Amino acid sequence: MSAPVSSVHKPIKQKDRAQTEPAVVRWLLIATALVFLALFLLLPLAAVFSQAFEKGLTVYLDALKEPDTLSSIKLTLITAAVTVPLNLFFGVTAAWAIAKFSFPGKNLLITLIDLPFSVSPVISGLIYVLIFGLQGWIGPWLQEHDIKIVFAVPGIILATIFVTFPFVARELIPLMEAQGKEEEEAALVLGASGLQTFFRVTLPNIKWGIIYGVILCNARAMGEFGAVSVVSGHIRGMTNTVPLHVEILYNEYNYTAAFAVASLLAFLALITLMVKTVAEWKIRNQVEG
Amino acid sequence: MKLFKQHNNVLPGFGMTLGFTIFYLSVIVLIPLSALVFRTAGLTWGQFISTVTAPRVLASYKITFGAAMIAATINSFFGVLVAWVLVRYRFPGRRMVDALVDLPFALPTAVAGITLATIYSPNGWVGRYLEPLGIKVAFTPLGIVLAMTFIGLPFVVRTVQPVIEEVEVELEEAASCLGANRWQTLQRVIFPIMAPSILTGFALSFARAVGEYGSIIFIAGNMPMVSEITPLLIITKLEQFDYQGATAIACVMLLTSFLMLLVINLLQKWSRRYAE
Repeated sequence: MSAPVSSVHKPIKQKDRAQTEPAVVRWLLIATALVFLALFLLLPLAAVFSQAFEKGLTVYLDALKEPDTLSSIKLTLITAAVTVPLNLFFGVTAAWAIAKFSFPGKNLLITLIDLPFSVSPVISGLIYVLIFGLQGWIGPWLQEHDIKIVFAVPGIILATIFVTFPFVARELIPLMEAQGKEEEEAALVLGASGLQTFFRVTLPNIKWGIIYGVILCNARAMGEFGAVSVVSGHIRGMTNTVPLHVEILYNEYNYTAAFAVASLLAFLALITLMVKTVAEWKIRNQVEG
Repeated sequence: MKLFKQHNNVLPGFGMTLGFTIFYLSVIVLIPLSALVFRTAGLTWGQFISTVTAPRVLASYKITFGAAMIAATINSFFGVLVAWVLVRYRFPGRRMVDALVDLPFALPTAVAGITLATIYSPNGWVGRYLEPLGIKVAFTPLGIVLAMTFIGLPFVVRTVQPVIEEVEVELEEAASCLGANRWQTLQRVIFPIMAPSILTGFALSFARAVGEYGSIIFIAGNMPMVSEITPLLIITKLEQFDYQGATAIACVMLLTSFLMLLVINLLQKWSRRYAE
């Protein structure tokens, strides 16, 4: 019985039903879609790496070791290290309140949480200039006390928090709503404290949702350009994040260096896509199983 | 009185979590956004109108909204095609292609911008073949459409894909039993189910394209009246310390975003009518 099944007799998963297109049409559609995606997505990705390594590995590494590049990497890491935990904490808190309880105005709250996604990045930066800038609401007061927010690191962090605000929350809300609250109720009835219930029951259930939200939040935090560009002031070696540094190098016609630094961000994008795919797969299994 | 329904909920932490959520939302999003509205309110009506309808500003709306419209249309067509192929057909590498569709979400916009500008410049990988045909992409409005198409593609695919996944095979079988040929089934049965999600994807892709900045400025050429997008104009005003001008134009864009958000919410409601 364990004889290898010949491929001819394998049950064909998608039955040859009258409900599908003729093979010619099928392959034509697949080919068109793939050519389009190759031209639009693969080609740019390949171009980043090809341009970055055009003059060899030494030039590539030298570009990355440049002090201004290193300081931009440092600033980007700091920004992400502040932004992601804050938005993670917010996301979990908001999802707990919204998914586990019912209250009036819930849909409005969800819409407001999603708001930063529909605002242009340029406006996301502008609003902080309007508040903290010299002509802004509390700008003069800040200057008196020698506190710099706009055109300094705090402004960059604020703008980044704004643009990555919804990521964790919008992933966790539907997931926790789908899971209901029976498990938590059981834990509480059996004598667990609120925090114990959260860490032992809820957290394991939403683990992959959190990873999914965090990885996307992190990718945007490290890659944000428009909003950060408005509040940064572009001070080289001081308030330049990696994407801003790419812009400067590119505008100085230093293409190889620009693409070398850009390739770091492209690596980040690829890792993000991989983790995201795994997380999606895990969540799907969890919800269906 | 609805709030008192909570008393039969044994889970703890409602007040604290909701309180923090509203606090954080206000500090980070609502108060800063209201600053924009209040600053605009400082202008007289006449000042506001003359700022947001200046010829250069009007030209930027035309190019931004026009290019976003074209890009969203291209995305609707290819997005549906890609979603259909990914759901209905099996071919080697399908999972990888599926993951790759999200690249424009994951790739920082500045990287996308310099890369597209390089590929489509007259001596770039693609540009060198288009140049002899008389097609200029980089540093023209066509470049803006291209960048907007790039960043908008995942929106249509990811909105349409789950809807195709949920189409019941029985519907198609019934159609063919009743004598419909494949084309009639697609046109009369499957397309009407997909239509609301295609419109939603179109609107999402359009909204994203209108606000986009990073991936466009490198390829656009940024010539006033010709290839200058509205977000760039806001930054230009800001760099000239024309805060009032920047705020007024930003307010118009914000209003447009809210309008789009409303339309998208209504569309999503409509597209869920088949789900129940």
